[in-house]
Amino acid sequence: MNLSPAPAMPGRTRMILRARMQRLREEATLWVTPALLLALPLSLFLLLIIVPIIQSIWISFYDWDGTGPARWVGFANYAELFADPQFYVSLKNNVIWLLLFLLAPVFGLAFALFLNQKLPEMRLVKALFFIPLVLAHVIIGMVFIWFYDPTFGVVAIVARAFGLTPPAILSSEHLVTFGIIVAALWSQIAFCLVLFLAGLSQLDDDMIAAGRLDGASGWPLFYHVVLPQLRPVTFVATIITVIMSLRNFDMIAIMTQGGPYGSSTVLAYQMYDATIFSFRAGYGAAIATVLFALMSVYIVWFLRHTLKQEAAER
Amino acid sequence: MYPTPIEDASLAGRVAYRAALYLVLLVWMLPLIAILMTALRSQGDLLAGNYWGIPAQISLVENFREIFTSSPMGMFFVNSLIVTILTVAGVLVLSTLAAVALAKYPFPGRTFLFALFIGGNFVPYQILMIPVRNIVLYLGLYDTIWALILFHTAFQTGFATLFMRNFIAALPNELFEAARLEGASEFRIIRSIIVPLVRPALAGLSVLIFTFVWNDYFWALVLVQSDAAKPLTLGLAGLKGEWLTAWNLISAGSLFAALPPVALFFLMQKHFVAGLTVGAVKA
Repeated sequence: MNLSPAPAMPGRTRMILRARMQRLREEATLWVTPALLLALPLSLFLLLIIVPIIQSIWISFYDWDGTGPARWVGFANYAELFADPQFYVSLKNNVIWLLLFLLAPVFGLAFALFLNQKLPEMRLVKALFFIPLVLAHVIIGMVFIWFYDPTFGVVAIVARAFGLTPPAILSSEHLVTFGIIVAALWSQIAFCLVLFLAGLSQLDDDMIAAGRLDGASGWPLFYHVVLPQLRPVTFVATIITVIMSLRNFDMIAIMTQGGPYGSSTVLAYQMYDATIFSFRAGYGAAIATVLFALMSVYIVWFLRHTLKQEAAER
Repeated sequence: MYPTPIEDASLAGRVAYRAALYLVLLVWMLPLIAILMTALRSQGDLLAGNYWGIPAQISLVENFREIFTSSPMGMFFVNSLIVTILTVAGVLVLSTLAAVALAKYPFPGRTFLFALFIGGNFVPYQILMIPVRNIVLYLGLYDTIWALILFHTAFQTGFATLFMRNFIAALPNELFEAARLEGASEFRIIRSIIVPLVRPALAGLSVLIFTFVWNDYFWALVLVQSDAAKPLTLGLAGLKGEWLTAWNLISAGSLFAALPPVALFFLMQKHFVAGLTVGAVKA
């Protein structure tokens, strides 16, 4: 092809052609390469994460046992849910989980301040503090079941030592949720501790030295000089803790299966229970949708923060 | 440094700090100490009511022999191992590809995709449960370890992409342009330039994904049923119902299930911490 017609081609046409080829190539790297790179991860993610979210919302408008034919019922599942006393038990427990989980950033920061010292054994000590993070909730749940055992458990022994009747924490409707939350807090505090230790390691030493020179110490130094610098970490630790508090399922499934008499369920557990044990997929999907809607508030909040931070760094 | 270094404190202050440190550590570690001590205990101890005292004899080996001969613990372990390792491998490849696309190509909609990957990572599992279970049933993968591998790979890719993108975005663009001028293809650039440079990030990511997937309980509960496909977490929860008061056996099983992630964490503590804090503090 480049034997004879090429020299016959007027110079202008050739230049235009070349420019066009160049542009095509640039557009190819701009579009085709990222498209190829994203093809597999994105299609998997869409198929198994994004599409199921939409499907679940869709299913929530049907009366469906999960396998047989489904019947469109509009908002009937939601109407039933909002009239279901169990829903309000779950919702109340979700609120308790959320509020008490906010202790995780508080304790996490306290531990971080306590552990941020340069001792020879500190690396090991910190590692031991982090361990709950890598333990399965199944395992943590079992240990706490023993701790709470009203006859043999540690709590019972301590209670008896003080002359009190040992509380049957996991079979008391009033105590059960708190008992489970304490177990779950153990690893959530460890998570916040990791974040705050990282935050403390990046404090601006000059500012703190300046603060000390100005005579600040104790609470004022912490509150006016240190805490403002920890704000980004505090935000991330808090919002992830909130999201985790609403997502908790494993600990409840292991420790009580929502009992006694459904008093320790949360929306996540009630959904599973309705779908798997009562064969009510449509109703379950409605519970999941409500939970998703509640969590979306925090997810969007977190997203906005992350994207804003991104834009600022660019 | 904040708080004031303890080396600057008086002798009494230093001693008090150390004492407090070890006391807090002891209380903090009580659940773990309980597992360790109970895993050592014999059935006789438990029958005699010695739940928290010093074990009368060390029966760790006997307990381990018991759980491996009287339960499918070995099979659960192999299942967990295959699911976790294949998922980690899949996620590393997929998230690196996606992260390069999102970090180095300014195509329209990339911020949206990025947000999608982050957001998907935080949704409650229950909103995915019914459709994912149906997809797995449709593909004929229900009650196989492949169901778990497929789902975990898809789910963890979201988090992993966010994670890898941060590292890859920090690499200088000149590197890519130089390689392109040399005529290297995009995939070659990824393989011989990007991957070696982000190896520490990949290491941190591997530990994190390993821990997440190894400890998963919910998806195992939803996607598998038979012993042949159960991972350790689900298997252990089942044995808890079977062994009831045999705390020593449950403890030995828990200890065994906890060992891989704990060992990995100790080996790669720095990477693990760097991985968890990505996005929360500057790298």
